[in-house]
Amino acid sequence: MTARPVPNRARALARPEHRVARGLGLAGLLVLWELLTRTGWVPALFLPSPLGVLAAGGEMLRSGELLGHVATSLGRILLGFGLGALGGVGVGFAVGVFGLAEAVGTPLIAATFPIPKIALLPLLILWLGIGEASKVAVIALGVFFPMAINTAAGVRHADPLLLRAAVSFGAGRWSLVRKVMLPAALPMIFAGLKLGAGTALLLLVAAEMIAANSGIGYLILNAQNLMETTVLMVGIVLLSLLGLASHWLLTRLERLALPWKAEG
Amino acid sequence: MRVLVRDVGHTYRDRAGHAVEALAGVTFTVEAQEIVAVVGPSGCGKSTLLSMLAGLLTPSAGSVGFDGDLPAGRPPTAMVFQEFALFPWRTVQANVEFGLEEAGRPPADRRAIAGRFIELAGLGGFERKYPHQLSGGMRQRVGIARALAVDPAVLLMDEPFSALDAQTRQLMQEELLAIWEQTRKTILYVTHNIHEAVWLADRVVVLSRRPGRVLEIVPVALGRPRTEAMLGERVFVDAVERIWALIKSQARAALREGVA
Repeated sequence: MTARPVPNRARALARPEHRVARGLGLAGLLVLWELLTRTGWVPALFLPSPLGVLAAGGEMLRSGELLGHVATSLGRILLGFGLGALGGVGVGFAVGVFGLAEAVGTPLIAATFPIPKIALLPLLILWLGIGEASKVAVIALGVFFPMAINTAAGVRHADPLLLRAAVSFGAGRWSLVRKVMLPAALPMIFAGLKLGAGTALLLLVAAEMIAANSGIGYLILNAQNLMETTVLMVGIVLLSLLGLASHWLLTRLERLALPWKAEG
Repeated sequence: MRVLVRDVGHTYRDRAGHAVEALAGVTFTVEAQEIVAVVGPSGCGKSTLLSMLAGLLTPSAGSVGFDGDLPAGRPPTAMVFQEFALFPWRTVQANVEFGLEEAGRPPADRRAIAGRFIELAGLGGFERKYPHQLSGGMRQRVGIARALAVDPAVLLMDEPFSALDAQTRQLMQEELLAIWEQTRKTILYVTHNIHEAVWLADRVVVLSRRPGRVLEIVPVALGRPRTEAMLGERVFVDAVERIWALIKSQARAALREGVA
């Protein structure tokens, strides 16, 4: 008698990785794009070729034009992001820890959070002038809200069991904040930082397109005005690199700061 | 130092605002160096009792307190939690040092004391691990070491091994007994496991279901150190049966009521 084998039902759950396809997809798109522009199917004015963009980028790098714009943008975004993050974490902690701050802060944040921050730029320019301050301020505002909201949520969701345990060992209010609430909120704070980084980049570009004569946003808008599509594309590629770099950096920082988080 | 629980009652309001009486007229004493277990059906307020002794909750009637001198710098109690309650962002070493930090001990002292209790709890070599890297049994060893490190007059244990698998639980009970032989700590041990209570304790306080009242305090006339052979002794079996007889109808009623 031969036993009938048990059918393998787990096949329905399988999800192969397709490593090669991952790389091929991206490479394929670039090759297709290059071919389309090389053959003249799509005029370079509308869509410059990848190699052309690369060459233009190299040229701008050599002339120092690119570095100037990147440095200006980086300065604005780092300052705005830093200020917004610091303010957001501070306010988020106050709201999470103190009942009074929560009572005052929650409705204020709920009322102002939905305003698209870029709409405030004209007002900020009126108040702070058209210089750096208004651009930094709009970025800081954009970063402030996700940071404040995430930090407050992280603090409030600190495990009550751990708070009880800490108190049972004699921890006071300040100890609780420093040794339980802060570390408990860190994962949420990092999630807020990643969210804020995206918002910061968006607001940077918008602000530079509206009122600036330097920076990557200005570079892109100016290139459009001059019909220099290749330069425009250089700007876009630069922004995507900036986004990738900030995400990578924050992920690295997170790993360093949260070694206790389970791997994976 | 003795633990005095005098006529303790506790009433709290549930989410719907109804008054719930968790404990009523509970009185017992834990002598120095004694292990007293508290058993009772679900919802008899055993953990509430421990919270009171840990200073996390004030009884609404009666009093909990201590009798005898407590040397300066020693806390009256330290708690071992059912769900371990380890700080996930702290290594084993740092978790064990937590209570010492709060007591204001200098870093060198903390390291030395924590090191001693890490060894005692069988955690040597795991100092730099994080809780998520440890098994349940190892995690509770950290919980025990953390509580012992502050040298409390009374060790409070809230169903410390109930989250562990049966085999690990048995081994941990043996280790706790071995630790007791070395430290002679006064221990108040809450459990719903009657075997465990009898096996560990000198006396077992049996509580009724809600509101928890003392049904009886059952003495366990087993010598120390406790050995596995005692699990078959008449004294052990009789004590277990006596307690089960007391609790059985209570537990059944609690089950029917469906209270947690």
